[in-house]
Amino acid sequence: MSYKGKFRVWRGDSEGGELKDYEVEVNEGEVVLDVIHRLQATQTPDMAVRWNCKAGKCGSCSAEINGMPKLMCMCRMNTFAEDEVVTVTPMRTFPVIRDLVTDVSFNYQKAREVPAFKPPADLKPGEYRMQQVDVERSQEFRKCIECFLCQDTCHVIRDHEENKESFSGPRFLMRVAELDMHPLDAADRQHAAQEQHGLGFCNITKCCTEVCPEHIKITDNALIPMKERVVDRKYDPLVWLGNKIRRRPA
Amino acid sequence: MTELERHSYDVVVIGAGGAGLRAAIEAREQGKKTAIICKSLFGKAHTVMAEGGCAAAMGNANSNDNWQVHYRDTMRGGKFLNNWRMAELHAQEAPDRVWELETYGALFDRTPDGRISQRNFGGHTYPRLAHVGDRTGLELIRTLQQKIVSLQQEDFEATGDYEANLKVYAECTITELMKDGDAISGAFGYWRESGRFILFDAPAVVLATGGVGKSFKVTSNSWEYTGDGHALAMRAGATLINMEFIQFHPTGMVWPPSVKGILVTESVRGDGGVLKNSEGKRFMFEYVPDVFRAQYAETEDEADRWYKDPDNNRRPPELLPRDEVARAINSEVKAGRGTPHGGVFLDVSSRLPAEEITRRLPSMHHQFKELADVDITAEPMEVGPTCHYVMGGVEVDPDTASSVVPGLFAAGEVAGGMHGSNRLGGNSLSDLLVFGRRAGMGAATYVDQLQERPKIDDADVDAAAADALAPFELEGGENPYTIHQELQQSMNDLVGIIRKEEEMEQALGRLSEFRSRIAKMTVEGHRQFNPGWHLALDLRNMLTVSECVAGAALMRQESRGGHTRDDFPTMDPEWRKKLLVCALDADGVVNVTEEQQIPMREDLLELFEVDELKKYLTDEELPAK
Repeated sequence: MSYKGKFRVWRGDSEGGELKDYEVEVNEGEVVLDVIHRLQATQTPDMAVRWNCKAGKCGSCSAEINGMPKLMCMCRMNTFAEDEVVTVTPMRTFPVIRDLVTDVSFNYQKAREVPAFKPPADLKPGEYRMQQVDVERSQEFRKCIECFLCQDTCHVIRDHEENKESFSGPRFLMRVAELDMHPLDAADRQHAAQEQHGLGFCNITKCCTEVCPEHIKITDNALIPMKERVVDRKYDPLVWLGNKIRRRPA
Repeated sequence: MTELERHSYDVVVIGAGGAGLRAAIEAREQGKKTAIICKSLFGKAHTVMAEGGCAAAMGNANSNDNWQVHYRDTMRGGKFLNNWRMAELHAQEAPDRVWELETYGALFDRTPDGRISQRNFGGHTYPRLAHVGDRTGLELIRTLQQKIVSLQQEDFEATGDYEANLKVYAECTITELMKDGDAISGAFGYWRESGRFILFDAPAVVLATGGVGKSFKVTSNSWEYTGDGHALAMRAGATLINMEFIQFHPTGMVWPPSVKGILVTESVRGDGGVLKNSEGKRFMFEYVPDVFRAQYAETEDEADRWYKDPDNNRRPPELLPRDEVARAINSEVKAGRGTPHGGVFLDVSSRLPAEEITRRLPSMHHQFKELADVDITAEPMEVGPTCHYVMGGVEVDPDTASSVVPGLFAAGEVAGGMHGSNRLGGNSLSDLLVFGRRAGMGAATYVDQLQERPKIDDADVDAAAADALAPFELEGGENPYTIHQELQQSMNDLVGIIRKEEEMEQALGRLSEFRSRIAKMTVEGHRQFNPGWHLALDLRNMLTVSECVAGAALMRQESRGGHTRDDFPTMDPEWRKKLLVCALDADGVVNVTEEQQIPMREDLLELFEVDELKKYLTDEELPAK
């Protein structure tokens, strides 16, 4: 049941680092995070790794396993051959703090730039009425555990530091879509999606959808519909005319 | 003097789960400059693990529901040991707290007429849990997180600084509270990333640090659950109550070993799932205790009819309170009727169509598929008890959440009393909201009434810094990981679900050995993001909390809720009147003493039939009629 697994883990900090090889026990039913924990407990007590729930619900243990952005707690060891070297590296899009831990503050900054839910002015608490079919669209996006793997994999910012300022990334474009599709949100989201959050950068390669551990259809259900809404408005002749008339000086 | 960064706030909230965030929202809305300290990243707190829902008697699914019914259910679930005032406030205020979340942007599942849907759960008379599939905790934490962000956006509009009045200190751990005389004056801690020290000057501190599950081997709790708030409170002179009551959730995963203990939501049973032993028998019918016999079905037919017609049938026994179900599973496994991996079967596949299962229980479906290779729409799950929740915690004033230490408040799992000897499922998320808000208000009011701001003594800061660095000083000592594993094993084996006097004495003996081993342990490496060091600091808290659990459990000579004694198997009304209070003496040793319960207010007593009260209360406590 149990065997010696070959692990190659990136060790280092913001100054630099290297891949180090380890041999470590692997038991039946384990996931990559279990093996990293065993390394900590037996060989490398100071190896830095972020984790919380170990059940795929908190989105803390994001890393790249053999180059694929994944949650370490949901990556089972029996998906690898026993003699295969498993390489674990930190998420590449964010600056390294130490070992497998990265500085994900970019995401918290972007979260702040999305204006919050604007409650309807005429309804008091307890008076909200919404149909299940209408909330389900946004509920899909609220399944997001904020592991930031979609942000990590998105080629607009992966290796393109210069785009980070004008692009919020799939997670927060999806947040804009979630609010836009909320049946009772009273704010206008579509203009900001394009102008402030960089929706136009996205060229729907669906990498974000592919790595999402919650299997949210980020591209198909959030980003593409959002692009359609923006386009509908931008090129709608009536909206165009309305804008022209309203802007005319009195 | 120790080198550190220093900040000044009105209110410091330690913990960023549901209770902490709700407390911070309240303190900020009361105009107080507020800091939130979170051990992990913002939005990762253990609240995300809550699955089933948030109990609130809104009456959306059954209009007979109201706060009185919820109050009764809560008291029964806790076997009448609950602080009745907390249970009353909780039942009364929970609906408002849930509705308020909708104004923050929460999207709960809906009823056909568009209101918040409510689901059945163990011990709740009516469908009462507001929910979002089986990821309600995530919805709650994200909603509160987004409300915090929206308050920061307001502050940005007004001042140009998002963090002017409300700031989150993520990956920051508090190791000591500071005092000026009797009163709280601040909190001392370190940044996870750099290992550097940080000091908060604040007259009011709200503890919202959650529970203690990481002292046990099989647990549904994450690494953060090391009893920090419990231990901080004790070291600051506060008292803990009900520490002997630990909830073992009946259904944790048992296979594969690496995920043993991970939670399987009670909603599986609420939505129709049944428990079977290896002989294929629905064994829960054999385990309905006398106090609950009138409310639970005696045959499978009646139990099954209840899902469609709850007004004319009694509930299935799978929906008994958690302590009863956990003990039943334990007995079945001990009697040799367990599954190959030492659990029992939980089957929903033969009860609901596959698409209904994936719609109602998406994250359970996902979890079993990915972690255990089990398709819950086609085959049963294997489940067994897992350490889930501590009913005990800081002794607080129900209305203000204030501890006995001026300026120190506690809410959520770290506070004691609300749930008595056993918490009902769904009452935790509502507890967080109701008492999180009350703690935030209590802290704000306290700050308003202060004549003078308490000061921090530099000598205390130096001492806290020296304590935190102690594990680096020694060489050749033990590794904290080894001690932690042994501590967990001892608590699991000796103070677990079924307890015996000699085993608990043995546990106390081992704990005192751990105390001397912990004093001599060694941490390798440096202060920057060093998990070994963090564990070493957390271990001290886990040890203090374990001493409370074992000490109180040894003293309470009866079985009630989350405390089952092999040598005292029944409930004793004399013991119901007593609370066990833990405090540290001058030498830092845990002392457990008895305290009398305050008798329940008469109008609340009248909500129950006398025949029911007789099962719990002594003759002189019964209403004179």
